[in-house]
Amino acid sequence: MRDFIKRYEGLYLFSRSPAVIIAAIVGLAIIIGAVFAPWIAPVNPYDLSSFSLMDGLLPPVWEEFGTERFLLGTDDQGRDMISSILYGARLSLIIGVSAMIIATVLGVGLGLAAGYFGGRFDAVVMRIADIQLALPAILTALLIDGIARGILPPEVQEDVRVAVLTIAIALSLWVNFARTARASTFVQMNKEYVQAAVMQGQHPIRVMFVHILPNILGPLLVIMTVDLASAILLEATLSFLGIGLPADSPSLGTLIRIGMQFLLSGEWWILWIPTLFLVALVVSINVVGDFLRDVFNPRLR
Amino acid sequence: MVYFIAKRLIQSVFVMLAVAFLAFSLFRFVGDPITQMTGVETSVADQERLREDLGLNDPFVYQFARFTGDMLQGDFGFSYRTRQPVAEMIATRIPATLELGIVALLISLFVGIPAGVYTALRPRGVATQAILMLTLVGVSIPTFVIGIMLIFFFGVQLGWLPTFGRGGTVHLGGWETSFLTVDGWRALILPAITLGVYQLTLTMRLVRAEMMEVMQSDYIRFATARGVPMGRLYFKHALANTMVPVITIIGLQFGGVIAFSIVTESVFQWPGMGLLFLESIRFVDIPVMGVYLVVIAFFFVLVNLIVDLLYVVIDPRLRIRDVS
Repeated sequence: MRDFIKRYEGLYLFSRSPAVIIAAIVGLAIIIGAVFAPWIAPVNPYDLSSFSLMDGLLPPVWEEFGTERFLLGTDDQGRDMISSILYGARLSLIIGVSAMIIATVLGVGLGLAAGYFGGRFDAVVMRIADIQLALPAILTALLIDGIARGILPPEVQEDVRVAVLTIAIALSLWVNFARTARASTFVQMNKEYVQAAVMQGQHPIRVMFVHILPNILGPLLVIMTVDLASAILLEATLSFLGIGLPADSPSLGTLIRIGMQFLLSGEWWILWIPTLFLVALVVSINVVGDFLRDVFNPRLR
Repeated sequence: MVYFIAKRLIQSVFVMLAVAFLAFSLFRFVGDPITQMTGVETSVADQERLREDLGLNDPFVYQFARFTGDMLQGDFGFSYRTRQPVAEMIATRIPATLELGIVALLISLFVGIPAGVYTALRPRGVATQAILMLTLVGVSIPTFVIGIMLIFFFGVQLGWLPTFGRGGTVHLGGWETSFLTVDGWRALILPAITLGVYQLTLTMRLVRAEMMEVMQSDYIRFATARGVPMGRLYFKHALANTMVPVITIIGLQFGGVIAFSIVTESVFQWPGMGLLFLESIRFVDIPVMGVYLVVIAFFFVLVNLIVDLLYVVIDPRLRIRDVS
């Protein structure tokens, strides 16, 4: 019953906030477009035969010289912008979501265990978290990427780029989850149902994941949305810096990096359209995340 | 008090040792230093002799001790890429990054604190809603996009400000400053705003949250009832009590400023440490990466130490209670 009221209340608040509704629609539209990119996009931008230099630098359809073949124009190679963007958003989302999931599993696991066992284990995990919190995420991600470049043999470097990037981002974001999970676990540890479960002699793993975890999901869900936005931003930033994905399999960040070359010439769409997509995606995720935080934390309302 | 400072100092030393260990592990285990230093034509026997000369066959602890000792004496080794001493490479880049970071931090404080106070005092105002919406957008827009937008409007469209480099600089005994020329200040404006925006939103949200909490406390209610003038109430009674967390954040933000300066420096081709670090990652120039880390950690520890001492000055309660 309490659950039902809570859910109902969230829906009610949702229907009352137009900004959140718009954000949810925009975010969902981009996510759906990205997920179904292979079916929606006019061409496959990774396929070298799908574009030719002859079509290079065509503006979007509503501008002079724009054609209906390329709704959002083409880049200097003649690649269809809308296909590049959909595939780019797809890559950004794949990396962002996987990094977020890895960070969640790692962070929540460690945080739960730290809160449950306490003592020396807790101290070690939290010290590591403190150190990492002092290092900004982007620095951690850059560092892990640099180490991977040094360790991995050059032949496989290009093939594992996506994996390296995902892990680098995940390892720079787990701390938030660990801290929140630990703090919430501490609160739950004093509750009677946990003590009862412990006294029944249930296995710690069962107590942690079956009893405690469902009761601390609320705050974790909020962090997941916020961190999804951070992960997408981190990936875009790394790719923009030229550390992330290469130009032949571009994410949104890589597209913006390529577009920077056209900042001074007239081809605004090569830079600004991918930028618009990235910002719209991240802003809408953040707006929804903010909304969720308000719903789960009534004190802030 | 003395105990508190001593404890902080010892902690700082441990942090620095940990970072030095990280840098050392990078240097020692990521790739083989010998193959990086020698060319293909060096014979195996020569490589082995070099390995012995450099002491790379010594016990691990011994090597680490020597590495730390060398660093303390200012010997940071040589870059794999340029073959220059790393200490020199970093030292010439420090002023650019520090000047950029300081100006960005000042912008974030001088705009962020008043904005935070205002939005806390008028939580239902139209301006407050607008500011809060703007900051949410500001947090969501990546630093590099803000940089590109500023370049586009003020550099390309309006042509008011330069879009890359530091402009005119003046040498002041080894410190290359852009504070002394008009050109240097003009070049500094756009990168500093780019770097400051994110910190600004953080500062503003924090000051707002703290102010709102303080405004509900009993002593503020009592002061209101007593008829303390509003200006005095807000700025003397309320704001003063929000300063401890604000100062903490300034200390923590310094790390953020340095990290995001990597991005900002890349967008504006600002010749600071961040740009050097990026190049060193791209070319797997491990010694430069390691030293960059150590230098950043040093600044970080230094700022946090100063912040901790400031607490004691600002908050009289801490002089009595032991904080750990």
